[in-house]
Amino acid sequence: MRSTRRELSGWGRTSPSVADVFDVAADELTADLLAGFGNDRGAIARGLGRAYGDSAQNAGGSVVRLAPGPILLDPSAGTVRVGAGVSLDELMRHVVPRGWFVPVTPGTRFVTVGGAIASDIHGKNHHADGSFGEHVDSFTLLTADGDRRVVTPHDEADLWWATIGGMGLTGVVIEATVRLLPIETSRCIVDTERVPNLDSLLERMESGDHRYRYSVAWVDLVASGSNMGRSVLTRGDHASLAELSDHDPSAVDDPLAFGPPSLVAVPPGLPNLLSKPAVRAFNELWYRKAPRSHRGIESITGFFHPLDMIGDWNRLYGRPGFLQYQFVVPFGAVDTLRSIVNTVSASGHASFLAVLKRLGPDSGGMLSFPTPGWTLTLDLPAAAPGLDGLLAELDRRVLDVGGRHYLAKDATTTPEVIRAGYPRLDEFLAVRRRVDPNGVWASDQARRLHLL
Amino acid sequence: MNNAVAQPQTIVVLGGTSDIGQAIVAELVSPALRTVVLAVRQPDDVDTDTLADTLHSGDAEIVVVPFDATAPETHADVVADIVTRVGDLDVVIQAFGQLGTAALSDPVEAAALAQVNYVGAVSSGLAVADQLRRQGHGTLVVLSSVAGFRTRGSNFVYGSTKAGQDGFATGLGHSLAGTGARVMTVRPGFVRSSMTTGMAEAPFSADPADVAAAVAAGLRRKRSVVWVPGILRVVMGLLRFAPDVVWRRLDR
Repeated sequence: MRSTRRELSGWGRTSPSVADVFDVAADELTADLLAGFGNDRGAIARGLGRAYGDSAQNAGGSVVRLAPGPILLDPSAGTVRVGAGVSLDELMRHVVPRGWFVPVTPGTRFVTVGGAIASDIHGKNHHADGSFGEHVDSFTLLTADGDRRVVTPHDEADLWWATIGGMGLTGVVIEATVRLLPIETSRCIVDTERVPNLDSLLERMESGDHRYRYSVAWVDLVASGSNMGRSVLTRGDHASLAELSDHDPSAVDDPLAFGPPSLVAVPPGLPNLLSKPAVRAFNELWYRKAPRSHRGIESITGFFHPLDMIGDWNRLYGRPGFLQYQFVVPFGAVDTLRSIVNTVSASGHASFLAVLKRLGPDSGGMLSFPTPGWTLTLDLPAAAPGLDGLLAELDRRVLDVGGRHYLAKDATTTPEVIRAGYPRLDEFLAVRRRVDPNGVWASDQARRLHLL
Repeated sequence: MNNAVAQPQTIVVLGGTSDIGQAIVAELVSPALRTVVLAVRQPDDVDTDTLADTLHSGDAEIVVVPFDATAPETHADVVADIVTRVGDLDVVIQAFGQLGTAALSDPVEAAALAQVNYVGAVSSGLAVADQLRRQGHGTLVVLSSVAGFRTRGSNFVYGSTKAGQDGFATGLGHSLAGTGARVMTVRPGFVRSSMTTGMAEAPFSADPADVAAAVAAGLRRKRSVVWVPGILRVVMGLLRFAPDVVWRRLDR
């Protein structure tokens, strides 16, 4: 089997390492290939490399990238059987024109189905619909012994819930059957509101989120003083045909049209352009241009994936890269949330727009991130002096109120922080020891955080 | 594995009694740090309890192992033994070295200085590089000196050993491109340390803590060369072209 030795990093480009990369089709994933991984550093599956940290890289070992594979839509059942290497972009291009939508999408379409399961991803509809793993009926998993097992939540519950959110450490997901959401149009009807500060934002989200399938707030963490926590709250749902004809009669001719644009791509080799003044100016502009209150029609890309319009936007942070810090704290811990926003806002770090969202119930994944509470996500340039101290302090406050950190974003925490945030870690490790006694699956993150 | 803010989990200091080496460790201490390995000539002379205080190393384990820079035949084994004990090496600091003030006229002294500063750097550097290449990540931090950038009449033997070490380190860095392993060459000016006690300070001098801060920043920014203080990059860049007569005058 051919492989190339390549440097890989996460989307934040912070901790690159080198591994032997195997690009394979599903039928090439055999027990022989597993044996060929051949050294004690193991292998990990990698999708499109959109996890921010080091979860899909494996220094000195092997990395498996699965070719896209088939997309088999079953309209009568409302499900799709899809190769784990298929991206949500490809999946949407196939199913949206036929009147279906993926059950959960993150802020980018450029993640694979396998990655969506391994990270048990969530989207703007988590409070209403839960995480991606809750919409999977079954998946085929290549385990360390070379077997291909068809796993469902009913017949191998522990392997199922160790794999949903298990960061690829139980095996390689080869394909999955996913339940889809029927849609009448490819547009969303969106209510946008400008909110002057954090307290009124929290109040609005608490009182009104249940009326919407999708809800998220973009928070300006550079603004301080009376503007602290000013935000733009966008909430909506898929537009019905009637709603579309009300707001945009010309679009009704082709209500399921889906051709997401890619406007520009960022060239390599730039220095960090997202310096504090640049971020401050951007955040200001973005807040000013948002309507005070408005109901309108938006495209799927405009509503769910605005950053997908800018190719390789992670290069804007230059060579040192950036990190995305995401945590969840219980609904009762509003004071902690407020103190964290205060601290980041006062810290002088140039945080690009932060995202605040309310999460619903757990999926049941042993290492799944979503749990009821407020989740805040912020982007920070990695080379900024003093960032390490800030993050250690935030870690402490998050854990103090029983919160946790998202493994798909994590690039800085410690084994202790993860253990404290994930009470079912030992249960996960027991399943792993049973299905992978020799440690075939390993990643840099798993070594760093003692997930092996 | 370093995390995204370049905090290592495992640090090895070759020449673990070096003031600068220890200052770098103290600077790199973080909640992520698990193990510090000090490779020293006389392990029995090292009191790890006192060191834990000096390094502010908190919960990190301090491991002391024997290391002799002048015994190249042992270097591969030393590295292999460290890896067996502590796993992947995230940051390895090549901190050993001598000033060898007696070496300006004594051929034997001069050769001994070259053995430590250059030959030892080459053999231990290769042993470390082999491990970093195999593990697919990690940084070798080499403490070079401005003295090797353009050698001076007043300490040319030391300067020449540093020139050799510096050339080896930067070249090794190029050879490791694409392997995940990196080399960061550090060029301090005069550093006020136990190695230079009693000597007259040169312009642009620094403390070990300054070197440590520059190394930590260099690791965050993934630099291949770091000057301490940073202005020396410009100063030496110009002085490199100064006429010989001017250069000699500057050498007092």
